Amino acid sequence: MSTTPAPESWGRYPASTPHDVITLAWRTQIADAMRSSTRVLAYGLGRSYGDVCLNNDGTLIVTSHLDRFISFDPATGVLRCEAGVSLAAIIDLVVPHGWFLPVTPGTKYVTIGGAIANDVHGKNHHLRGTFGSHVRAFELVRSDGSVRECTPTQHADWFAATIGGLGLTGIISWAEIQLIRIGAPTLDVESIKARSLDEMIAHMVESDASWEYTVSWIDCTQGGDSVGKGSFIRGNFEDEYRIKNSESNQRIKNTESNMLVQVPVVPPNWLLNRTSIKAFNTLYYHKQFNRSKRTRTSIDPFFYPLDVVGGWNKLYGKRGFLQWQCVIPYDGDASVMHHILTEIKRAGMASFLAVLKMFGDKPSPGLLSFPRPGLTLALDFGNDGVPLMRMLDTLDAIVADVGGRIYPAKDAHLSAEHFHTMYPEASRLAAFLDPHCTSTFWQRVHTKVQP
Amino acid sequence: MKTSYQSIVIIGATSAIAQECARLWAKNGARFVLVGRNEDHLRAIAQDLTTRGAQHVAVSVADLRARDAHQAIVDASVATLQFIDAVLIAHGTLPDQKACEESVDATMDALLTNGISAISLMHRYATVMVGQEGGEIGVISSVAGERGRSSNYTYGAAKAAVTTYASGLRARLVDTGVQVTTILPGFVDTPMTAHVPKGFLFASAASVAKRIVKAMEARRDVVYVPGFWKWIMRIVRLVPEGVFKRLKF
Repeated sequence: MSTTPAPESWGRYPASTPHDVITLAWRTQIADAMRSSTRVLAYGLGRSYGDVCLNNDGTLIVTSHLDRFISFDPATGVLRCEAGVSLAAIIDLVVPHGWFLPVTPGTKYVTIGGAIANDVHGKNHHLRGTFGSHVRAFELVRSDGSVRECTPTQHADWFAATIGGLGLTGIISWAEIQLIRIGAPTLDVESIKARSLDEMIAHMVESDASWEYTVSWIDCTQGGDSVGKGSFIRGNFEDEYRIKNSESNQRIKNTESNMLVQVPVVPPNWLLNRTSIKAFNTLYYHKQFNRSKRTRTSIDPFFYPLDVVGGWNKLYGKRGFLQWQCVIPYDGDASVMHHILTEIKRAGMASFLAVLKMFGDKPSPGLLSFPRPGLTLALDFGNDGVPLMRMLDTLDAIVADVGGRIYPAKDAHLSAEHFHTMYPEASRLAAFLDPHCTSTFWQRVHTKVQP
Repeated sequence: MKTSYQSIVIIGATSAIAQECARLWAKNGARFVLVGRNEDHLRAIAQDLTTRGAQHVAVSVADLRARDAHQAIVDASVATLQFIDAVLIAHGTLPDQKACEESVDATMDALLTNGISAISLMHRYATVMVGQEGGEIGVISSVAGERGRSSNYTYGAAKAAVTTYASGLRARLVDTGVQVTTILPGFVDTPMTAHVPKGFLFASAASVAKRIVKAMEARRDVVYVPGFWKWIMRIVRLVPEGVFKRLKF
C-alpha cells in the first residue's frame, strides 16, 4: 500500500508547504499546469535530499504518473520515455535485454526527469561522467506554451541549461538516453579495507582505469592517523552468466523493484546518535575479516543497498536530516579532505554514511552540473539545529576557499554567497529561467550578492 | 508475474488501473485492443505497452455513453483479435455527487457512464465468448456499490447495478466456459482521485493491478482489492439502516 508522495524532500528538512499540488496524468497537460500559477516546480519521486524539489507557497506539479515508455531498441540500447519514469522501471525493462543505465545514483527510485535536472552521478563517474552525458534528447515545455526538442546539437544552449538546471528552465516531458551493454546482471566486486585516507586514495587511483565502479565508505568517527579509515569497494559487471544452477540464477536475475521492509513509524530523534553510529561503523568495518574480499553480487545490493528499506530516511526521526556533498580539486595532496574530516570529528558530529569517491575529468554537459575533477565526499547528519549549521558553515567555507563546490540536489543549507562563489555560471542561467519556475532552494540562493 | 492471456480487450484503457493491468499482460507479449475516449492518450499507452513487450496494440476511440456504438466496438475487437482471451471493463468517472443532486441529467449521465454502458458491454462480450466457447470477463465495479452513502450514492447506484448484473451473468454462464470476475476496488491512488486527501486506506494502482490480473487469471468470482476491503465491507453491510442513514461519509 502506498500513498501519493507527501510533498517533502528525502531529508524531510526543511519543512515545506506548497500552496497547491497538481498531479499530471498526461504529458499534454504540462503547459496548462505551468500556466496555472506563477510559481511552479516539477516534483517527481521526492528523492532530492534538501529543498531543490520543494516549492514553499508555490505549486508542485507531480510528474510521477508520467511513467510511460515511448520506445526502446534492444539492438542499439536507445530508450525514450516520459519524464516521470523511474530508473527502477528502466532497469526492469532493459536488464533482461543486456542493457543497463549508463550512470546511476545510489537509489533507483528517482525519475529520469529528476536525474537530468540534477545531472546525477554514480560510482562510474571516473569513466562515464554524469547522467547528462548520456542524454541524447529531451523535450522541454515552457510556461509560455513553447516546446523545444533539445539535443547536444539542436537548441544546444537549452540542452546545457536544463541538464543540472534544477527544474528551473521549464518541465521536461520526455527524454531519450543511451544505455550501456552488460554481459550479465551480476557484478564481480572486491572490497578492500583501508586504514587511512592516503591508503584509500591510493586504491582509487590504482583502480580507476580497470574498474567501472569504485566507491569508498569511510568511518568518520575516526580521528588522527585513522582519518579516512574504511572500505574501498570496486566492481565490474561480469561478462557472461556464470551460474548454471537455475534456482540461484533466478535469484540473481531478479531485479524486480521490491522493497523488503518498510520503516513503519517515525522513530525518536535519538535513535541515530554518535554512539549508535560509531557502533554501526565499527561493525561494518569488521564484518569482513580479511583485508580484501571478492564476491559476486547482483544489481540491487551493489547499487541500491538502501532501497530495500523503504522510507529509511525516517530513521532520523521527526527532526529530519541534512546531506552534505562537496567536491574539491585533487592534485595528489589530500590535506584539505583530511582537514574536512578532522573538522567533522572535532565538531562531534557523526555521519551514518560517509562516502568518498574520485570524480574523473569527463566534462559535465550541464551549465550548473555539480561534478568537477577531484575528490567528492558525501555525508548525512541528523538535523541537530544550530551546532550542525555552524559546522556546515565552516565546511562550506573550506570548500569555497579551495575552489570546490556543494551539490545542490542534496543541499538544504548553503548560503547565497557561497552558492555564487561556487557557481559563477549561475549568472548565465538567467537567460534560460522559466518565469514561472522556482523552488525553495532557488529562493534561498539566487539573491544577487554584492561582493 | 505469469499470466497466460494473449489477446485482451480493455474498455476504458486510459484509466490508471487499466494501464497497470495492461503493463502486466504486455510483459507476456499479449495482443491488445484498447478502447477509450482520447486518441492521444490511447496512443501514449499503446507505445508504452509495445515497448514493454506487447505484440500488437490496436486503439479504438469511442464515447461509451453512446450505446449505439457498442456493437461496432465489439465487432471490431473480434475482427482484430479473432479469439479473445479476456476483456477488462474498466471505464468510469468519479461523478460530483453535489452536481448530481442538483441535476437529474447529471445523475442519468453518471448512471449511463458508470453503470448502463458497462452492462451493455458485458452483455455483448458474453455473447461473443459463449460463441467462442470460453473467455474471461473482468469488470471493475466498486465497494461504493455495496451501500448508498450520502456523499457518493449516484456512483454507488451505478456500481451496484454492475455488481448485481455481473453476479447474474456469471450464474447464467456457469457451464459455458465463460467466467465473469467482479472486481471491487476500494480507494486507489490515481489521477482520478488526485483531489481526494489520501489516508492509509489508499492503495497504489500498480498493487491493485497485480491483484486484479491474478484474480482474472484464476477466474475468481468476486475479488476485493486490496483484500482487506472484504472485511471492511462485511462490517459496513451489518450497520442497521437507521444508523447508516445518519453516518456522514
